[in-house]
Amino acid sequence: MPGRTHVAARINGEQTDFLCEPWQSLLEVLRDELDLTGAKEGCNNGNCGGCNVILNGALVNSCCVLGVEVDGAEILTIEGVAQGDHLHPLQRSFLENAALQCGICTPGFIVAAKALLDSEPEADEARIRHWLAGNLCRCTGYDKIVRAVLDAADEMRRAPAAAT
Amino acid sequence: MVTTDKPHYNVIGTRPVRPDGIDKVTGRALYGADISLPGTLHAHVKRSPHAHAIIKKIDTSKAEALPGVKAVVTGADLPTAEDGSRADNSTNVLAGKKALYRGHAIAAVAATSEHIARQAADLIEVEYEVLPPVLDVRDAMRDDAPIIHEALRTTSPKGPGEKPTNVAAHIQFNFGDAETAFASCDAVAEGQFSTKMVHQGYIEPHASAAMWNPDGQLTIWTSTQGSFPVRKDSSDVLGHPISKVKVIPTEIGGGFGGKIPLYLEPVAALLSRKTGRPVKLRMDRSDVFEGTGPTGGTSIKAKLGATKDGKLIAGYADMAYEGGAFPGSSVMLGALAMFAPYDIANVKIDGYDVVVNKPKNQDYRAPGAPAASFAIEQLVDELAEKLGIDPLKMRRMNSSHEGTRGPGGMPFRRIGNEECVEAALSSAHYNAPLEGANRGRGVASGFWFNVGLRSSVNVSIQPDGTVNLIEGNTDIGGTRASLAMQLAETLGIAYEDVKPMVVDTDSVGYNDVTAGSRTTYSTGMATHQAGLNLVAEMKKLLAPKWQVTAEEIEFQYGTFRAGEQSGSFKDVANQIVGPNGAGLTASGSVNAGIIVGGAFGLHIVDVEVDPDTGKTTILRYTAIQDAGTAIHPSYVEGQMQGGAVQGIGWALNEEYYFDETGRMANSSFLDYRMPTTLDVPMIDTIIVEVPNPTHPFGVRGVGEVPIVPPLAAIANAIYRATGVRQRQLPMSPRRILETTRGIE
Repeated sequence: MPGRTHVAARINGEQTDFLCEPWQSLLEVLRDELDLTGAKEGCNNGNCGGCNVILNGALVNSCCVLGVEVDGAEILTIEGVAQGDHLHPLQRSFLENAALQCGICTPGFIVAAKALLDSEPEADEARIRHWLAGNLCRCTGYDKIVRAVLDAADEMRRAPAAAT
Repeated sequence: MVTTDKPHYNVIGTRPVRPDGIDKVTGRALYGADISLPGTLHAHVKRSPHAHAIIKKIDTSKAEALPGVKAVVTGADLPTAEDGSRADNSTNVLAGKKALYRGHAIAAVAATSEHIARQAADLIEVEYEVLPPVLDVRDAMRDDAPIIHEALRTTSPKGPGEKPTNVAAHIQFNFGDAETAFASCDAVAEGQFSTKMVHQGYIEPHASAAMWNPDGQLTIWTSTQGSFPVRKDSSDVLGHPISKVKVIPTEIGGGFGGKIPLYLEPVAALLSRKTGRPVKLRMDRSDVFEGTGPTGGTSIKAKLGATKDGKLIAGYADMAYEGGAFPGSSVMLGALAMFAPYDIANVKIDGYDVVVNKPKNQDYRAPGAPAASFAIEQLVDELAEKLGIDPLKMRRMNSSHEGTRGPGGMPFRRIGNEECVEAALSSAHYNAPLEGANRGRGVASGFWFNVGLRSSVNVSIQPDGTVNLIEGNTDIGGTRASLAMQLAETLGIAYEDVKPMVVDTDSVGYNDVTAGSRTTYSTGMATHQAGLNLVAEMKKLLAPKWQVTAEEIEFQYGTFRAGEQSGSFKDVANQIVGPNGAGLTASGSVNAGIIVGGAFGLHIVDVEVDPDTGKTTILRYTAIQDAGTAIHPSYVEGQMQGGAVQGIGWALNEEYYFDETGRMANSSFLDYRMPTTLDVPMIDTIIVEVPNPTHPFGVRGVGEVPIVPPLAAIANAIYRATGVRQRQLPMSPRRILETTRGIE
């Protein structure tokens, strides 16, 4: 077996070093090596969005990125979305809108929605539905999720500082 | 909301944030695959590539020789009965003499990493004698069909059959005289309907871990809808005393019935026993599709007759449901549910539970009812059209109501079926015009039972006067909140002053599964009872302090009162428990029976069918449902919306697509194609509240009803849009083109 590769990345604002097998996905590295289990494996082939993270500003399915690819990268996972004890407007909005039932897809939806609203604060329902079509939820029928993202977008437009 | 008279509540009917919410929006909540124990080995299951085959030999030597491999197990490691046989529960977990479906577990490997375990599983050599598979429910019933279980005989009202068969059971219901009644009908509609095998589609794959200590104490961590049934079934399959099995439920990432049975738990336990180390076992998505329990396909011949003024007087159904590889289809429940929305004097049903070489059938949200509804609700629509009656008025004329004979013959108690129809008739949606070509509006009713079963909780006062609620039903969609709200209402305290927690099987009394729309209902009853018991204990301790008898103390709306003396719950808690926190605990246990209410819904849908592509677009959707009393209206709406969208997927896209060898050709989310945000509009909801007389707060279960109406509602809408009735699911673009334009 080939040796493990040393990889250094900034994850949720912290410089992080890890050793990684060449076949390990970023999702496996996050979950199994770094104890960041907020990203979920629902399909392991990019169909469900449960493992969404933001990699160098772009939304990715971490199951479809190799661990060795992220050397020098900036990564945001669900664990880095809240600032200390201060929830992100999307997180508050998901709670207040009852936008989760079992909650397994929630981290992926929140990360995906954050990636959208960070670059398109004016996103409307049609745009939100188009963007979130890569995230599967089997519990909610999406209604309350879309409403939660619309509400959070509204709040973020009114108070941009809250959404750092 | 449409609400009949109900008492004033302080907490019930509000919409607080759920107690487990923060953990779930920050990624901290621990689901099955998130459990990590020191020294854990990782395991992988080897599955059958054949749908039907005799297992002649399993050679595990090469796998065991791979560095890093610690143990291999097969079905031979599980105990047998005296005659050498194993129960279905056991042979589904690890195959016996035959592989009965593609994906059937054959062996499992534990190794130092999952990567090595997967490599080793590939090195296990299995010699098969491949047999012809039986894949269609009606084919399986033919006399010349290949036999799946040599020992299987049909059970029926006439007693067991004599020859080997794939028909495990023939059930019959007979009310009135359907044959004579049909002869006097002015209008009759009939059809042959079929549905395909579909999966619950929970996003979290199954995951379990087990640690078998040398003293025989077995601990299982698992994502399950029922930690107590997992304990019992694991004890049975492993032949291990139930008192030595503890099940710790993790958070659960969806279930819809699919996370009731055992799959991984006893396998992980065997591997842990062999290695002396904790063993973790999880499925990938194709394992979930091929190796768990979807719900079986169905074939239903149905007939419905009415008088010329629209009164339904006769119904007949011949229902064949797939049990998958073992007996146990949902035909009984489908048969009981089929005619429940209607008051029909004469009904005859023949139902068949049929084995086929597909995964073992498992409950899926209102098991059996959606397929039955797909048939009956289209026939109601056809009769309404033939007789020139509005389809909702046709339903209003025939709705079952209090006193109508319900499923199985018992009369319904107070139900809200008529109220749902009335709410639909006066809804904005039904009264809005639908214009444009290729568009149509459909409606359908749906029924589900509500089961009661057994629940137990403990409540205890904390030193600051707040209350802990200890429960054993895993929280799959907000039941920590709905139970805490019922306790807060009972005790007259704030929702925030109740802390609910789900604990393991050693730490609370018995609880049946989180399923059957029962948790908010039955565990709610146990919680209410525990609250009343706590108040009674508090009165006893308060009485000497107030120098009265306990009987003289009244408790209402959170206030204890005797003559001039009074105190709030918290004041009294402080007086009797004190700042040092001397404990005070009470419990509540119920066995709430089997059928405990009956809940109804009605859905309205507008569709547009593209005549060139056959694609159906959902333009507008309204779900109406009697919730009895909506404890947390947002979670009631969430159930209605989620169930409706699962039904939309079932109606339009979803199916197990088998090739002729029994291989599922679409075992990924991409190819199975569940609805996404782009496939559905907002789902409007109208909650009807007709309190359930069997529950202290009037609760009806709400989780299952909303998947029942969508299949037929959409079929009826497609008919209005295209002029063609739909008899088969899914109503995919291909199917629509085949039926509307004859394009193959």
